[in-house]
Amino acid sequence: MMSKMIFGRYIPGNSLIHHMDPRAKLLLSFYFIGIIFIANNWPTYVLLFAFTLLAIKLSGVKWSFFINGVKPLIWLILFTVVLQILFSASGGQVYFQWGIITISQFGLVNGVYIFCRFVLIIFMSTLLTLTTPPLELSDAIEYLLMPLKVVHFPVYEVALMLSIALRFVPTLMDETEKIMNAQRARGVDFGEGNIFQQMRAIVPLLIPLFVSSFNRAEDLATAMEARGYQGGEGRSKYRILKWHGRDTWATVTFAVLTVALVYLRA
Amino acid sequence: MSQIIDVEHLNYRYPQQAADQLTLTDISFTVAAGEWVAIVGHNGSGKSTLAKNLNGLLAPVSGKITIDGQVLSEQTVWDIRRKIGMVFQNPDNQFVGATVEDDVAFSLENQGIPRDEMLSRVAEALAQVDMQDFATREPARLSGGQKQRVALAGMIAARPQILILDEATSMLDPEGRAEVLQTIQQMKADSDLTVLSITHDIDEAANANRVLVVNDGHLVEEGTPAEIFQHGPALIKMGLDMPYPERLKAALARLGVQVPATYLTEKGMADWLWQLRSNK
Repeated sequence: MMSKMIFGRYIPGNSLIHHMDPRAKLLLSFYFIGIIFIANNWPTYVLLFAFTLLAIKLSGVKWSFFINGVKPLIWLILFTVVLQILFSASGGQVYFQWGIITISQFGLVNGVYIFCRFVLIIFMSTLLTLTTPPLELSDAIEYLLMPLKVVHFPVYEVALMLSIALRFVPTLMDETEKIMNAQRARGVDFGEGNIFQQMRAIVPLLIPLFVSSFNRAEDLATAMEARGYQGGEGRSKYRILKWHGRDTWATVTFAVLTVALVYLRA
Repeated sequence: MSQIIDVEHLNYRYPQQAADQLTLTDISFTVAAGEWVAIVGHNGSGKSTLAKNLNGLLAPVSGKITIDGQVLSEQTVWDIRRKIGMVFQNPDNQFVGATVEDDVAFSLENQGIPRDEMLSRVAEALAQVDMQDFATREPARLSGGQKQRVALAGMIAARPQILILDEATSMLDPEGRAEVLQTIQQMKADSDLTVLSITHDIDEAANANRVLVVNDGHLVEEGTPAEIFQHGPALIKMGLDMPYPERLKAALARLGVQVPATYLTEKGMADWLWQLRSNK
């Protein structure tokens, strides 16, 4: 149940976006966050929104997932927007002034732009995590970290660590639930009382969880050694990433978008 | 038949133990290629420790272990680990891959086998344990029996000569246990695999050609399953659950029924029961 909330975010699908190389998706998502800052007027923001909505449409994932992606951050966004409106330098027509607080046309427009930026970034990163399985993301990260091998950064080991960690999330979630039920049966109240009582209730949950995690780690290390694991060097790879024509096309599309933004910006 | 496992005067002590306390004392035995040997004994009798000595996961204090003509040493340990596949007790704690096919490929990746060969070997191995439809599943969505079958597929793909089962069925429900045992029998029929199974399960022990009984670090008895199972209630002392027909026989004997002294399988017991009344 709990595992669904955190890592069940990947929605299996068969769309163009789902089939893209995770490296392309990861890099282009970061790139998109970068080019958002090129936009500085209405035409550019409208273009960015049209682009994002088209990408979402292509993925075939329901709109509600994206709205839900914005919801937990809405207060943070509104807080930033309000600060921007109240304290940004005045410009254009001034509607209201009291001490250092100024509500101006310039500030209002800036606030709206910032709101748009947040929403665009959240939509795009939600699209990335909804259409890419965590394992593929960890493969992409491994590939992108490869250059660090030059400075003896243990890329293979970190990648294996990441994939083992992902693989054990549901296992440990199940275990947590089991321990919680076992402790409830012994009269522990989770989620009740004041903050100190709630924190104390976590202790009988954490200790057995730690002990069993260490036992699991030891068992897993033994099993890995028995199966001939001797570190990253000299291993071959079963999972490989393939760059297709569609990934090149996506990159080209982003390039065109960048040119259009530069052309349209004020 | 050649001896594929040859253990001579093996002594083992865990590092934290006192010098005069041995977990394994003077253990010697041989296993012929293609044989199925069960090792039984109480919890803490040293049978898992014995298994971990065979592929160098633990290093003995003294004694000599020869696997397929190679003496186990620091130089040969990785060669020997390739020859031995080991399946452990907890299905979750030996599942390394994030998906079924990744896990099956893990040993192959460690050996640096080219990807094309891996793809065919993984597909073949999964078909052999009848898990091909689950290739891209995550372990969280498999039952214990299915996970152990994936572990076996990992062994099949790596093609070891010896398979060691370290209580591989003890955490499974009866159904999963039957599935796994059936898969092992199938594997054994397909290749002349040598199987060494450490177990409390009487059915698993009954599958063996030979049973070794370990008690308190000593090898105390050796014989065919039929010979060992004749001990009846003494079996429990050896760390085996008494087989059902033997329990029934003991119960009948208490009621004053004349029971045969030889070991009967479940079927043999049923046949004997059918005839019990008509013989009177």
